This record gives sequence, structure tokens and C-alpha cells, in this order.
Amino acid sequence: MHEMALAQGIVDLVADHVRGIETSGVRWIKLEIGALSHVDPHALRFCFDSVAHGTRAEGAALVIDEPPGRGRCMACGSLVTIARRGDGCPACGSGQVLTIDGDQMRVVELEVL
Amino acid sequence: MCTVCGCGDGEKRIEGVNPAATDLHMGRGEAGVSVAGMEQSKLVKIEQDILSKNNRIATVNRRLFQASQMLVLNLMSSPGSGKTTLLVRTLQDLTARWPLAVIEGDQETTLDADRIRATGVPALQVNTGKGCHLDAEMVTLAVGELNPPSGTVLFVENVGNLVCPAAFDLGETRRVAMLSVTEGEDKPLKYPGLFASADLLLVTKSDLLPYVGIDLDKLIAAARAVRPGLTVITVSATTGEGLEAWYAWLAHERDHVQGAPHDHSHHHHHHDGGEHPHHHHHGEDHHHHPAEAGHDRAPPHA
Repeated sequence: MHEMALAQGIVDLVADHVRGIETSGVRWIKLEIGALSHVDPHALRFCFDSVAHGTRAEGAALVIDEPPGRGRCMACGSLVTIARRGDGCPACGSGQVLTIDGDQMRVVELEVL
Repeated sequence: MCTVCGCGDGEKRIEGVNPAATDLHMGRGEAGVSVAGMEQSKLVKIEQDILSKNNRIATVNRRLFQASQMLVLNLMSSPGSGKTTLLVRTLQDLTARWPLAVIEGDQETTLDADRIRATGVPALQVNTGKGCHLDAEMVTLAVGELNPPSGTVLFVENVGNLVCPAAFDLGETRRVAMLSVTEGEDKPLKYPGLFASADLLLVTKSDLLPYVGIDLDKLIAAARAVRPGLTVITVSATTGEGLEAWYAWLAHERDHVQGAPHDHSHHHHHHDGGEHPHHHHHGEDHHHHPAEAGHDRAPPHA
């Protein structure tokens, strides 16, 4: 359950960024969780609610953008979209696709109340 | 408290570190970014990695390791893959060659560190409590306790887990994934995150190959599907098979961090461990390493 640690990371980042701001809370937090990242968004939402309790992030909605995985095929050179690591190249069928995007786990922005 | 890991706060124990001393907040300050002027829009731009705190600490670790020319290996695998057994054998074989040190991550007990210390190599146990992975801060604290000399090869044995450790940069030089032949050839596809981040795959317990119905080529193909070009070495701590190739890989990586001139002509993409050219450093005499003496006689795995 490293989603707990990730939820804590989000709460810490929020606390750092709303420090000094007059606000009654955070309305939403926008995240970017790549399809190839180490996170299950469902587990993250669950953990966030429990970790955020009693912090300035309490009650915030998580808006999760899930950019697709993108890779370059080492065999044919195509730029391809990949749903999972280990999936072959949809263009040539090779099994050698180097991930170039879609493994990010970022806090993008938030709106304060 | 741990700045990153929300699980197991207060239960984390690092041997020899006073609980009060774990209240370390590296990276704070930098993170307290001013957001003046943002109030009107009510939008606060953050644009940071969720693990940015861990990553900052990892960066500090990495700089420290580079400055002291340490090779730091993050060893990751499931529980029971034979990490500690291979490590004990490795330490016995290499202790006269380089300064070595070990950080052992487990949820509970100091059993593994005790096994390591029996070899005479300094080791520190980090108990993560309910935590499922090591984080960069734990490594910072453990390295502070171990205080390894310049040029040390530091093995960090992560918590046995094929999922969570992959997300956490410790500041290591290289990531070594380990998978035993008894675990099945599809594990890299089932747990791609960890294998995708690895620099080396050690396939362990090769002495059991005759007893398990595993297709080694399939396993390696699965690993390379998630990590194209991944170096794979098949080893057995019991028979010594492949250990020379593993030690040659370590020597090569250590040459890199030492900035020492070395040979790139040999290739690492083999998995029988039988014919890797072995680099004897000046002044080394293998007759002083009884544990290594039998390696060259070990029949290469076909």
C-alpha cells in the first residue's frame, strides 16, 4: 500500500503551497497519474481521504488526469501508445517498446476556497 | 516522522538511531514556495512530482555517494527470492577486494542484518514497521550510522515486495531486480513497474532449474518486454554458477563511479555466466579467496 505514502506526499505538497494563504479549505486538487505509473487511482483516492483528515487538504476532491503511456519501438522506431508495460509494439509487433511518457505522478494545481 | 511514507509512522526503527533523531526534514524550505499573488485567482500552481520530497532527499544521497565514489545498489525482489543468501555469498567472496556495507530493509526483526554481520561486513537493519518499502530518508539515516569509507560498495536490500519499492528513488547508483527460478517466468509482466526500472536482473536459484518447469528464455523475454535491453545474469549462491559474471558487473559499475579506466569490449547480455572475461585487478590473488576458487569449475548452465 504505497498509495498511503503517495497520499501523504500530496497532502504535504498541498500544505507547503497553501501555507500563508487565507483559506477555509481546498476545493479540488488536480493530479496527473500516468497510465504506466506506480499508482492505482482508486486506492489513491481511498488513502487520500484518510491521510487528508485533519489537514488543510481535508475535503478536497481529487481530479485525476490519466495521460496514456507512450513509447518508442526499438525495432521499427514508431511512436506508439501503450496501455501496459510489456505490451508489444502495435505497429510492428515487436516486444521492445521503450517507455517515454505516461509514468508521471504529479500534483498539477489546486483551487482554494 | 517520515516525510514521505504515511504507512507505519512511529513504528519505523533504524538500528542505532535515536527515535528523536528520525525527526529529519530534509528538503523543507525549498518546498515552502511563495505563492504571493495567487490568492485572487484562487488557483495554486504546484507542478511537482508527488514524490518530490523523497526525490529531493534521494538527490542529496546520490550526490553524497558520488562524492565518496560509492557504488550503491538497490536490491529489489519478492520475499524469499534469495536476496540475503546471495548477498551473504557475495560479501564473503568480495570482502577482501573492496570495502563493503549493507543496509537491510524488512518490516520486522534484525535477522537479516545478523546474517550479514556474521560475514564481518558492517550492516544496519532498517525496520519499516508497517511500511512496504524503503525511502530515501531511511537510507540517509542508515548511511549516517554506517559511515562507510570512500569507495565502498553499499548493498541496500529493499523490503521484499515486487510493487512498492519501485516508486521510491533511494539515490542508488543502480537498481538490481532479483527473481528466483521458482517464481515463474511471467512475473516481469505481472509486476512491470519494478522490472521496468531495473538496470540488472539477477535470476537466482539456478541450481533448482532442473526441478521447476520454468522456461528461462521466456522469463528473460518477459523482462526485456518491460525493460528493453535489460542485462540478465543467472546465478546460484549454492553452486556458484554465474557469480563471476555478477562480480564482473559489480567491478565494471564500480570502475564507473571511481572514474577508473576499464574495458567496454565485453558484453553483459548473457545468462549462463560461464564465459565472461574476468578482470583481475592489479595485485589481486584469488588464492586468498577460497570461496571463489570453485567458480571456474562450476559447469556453465546450458
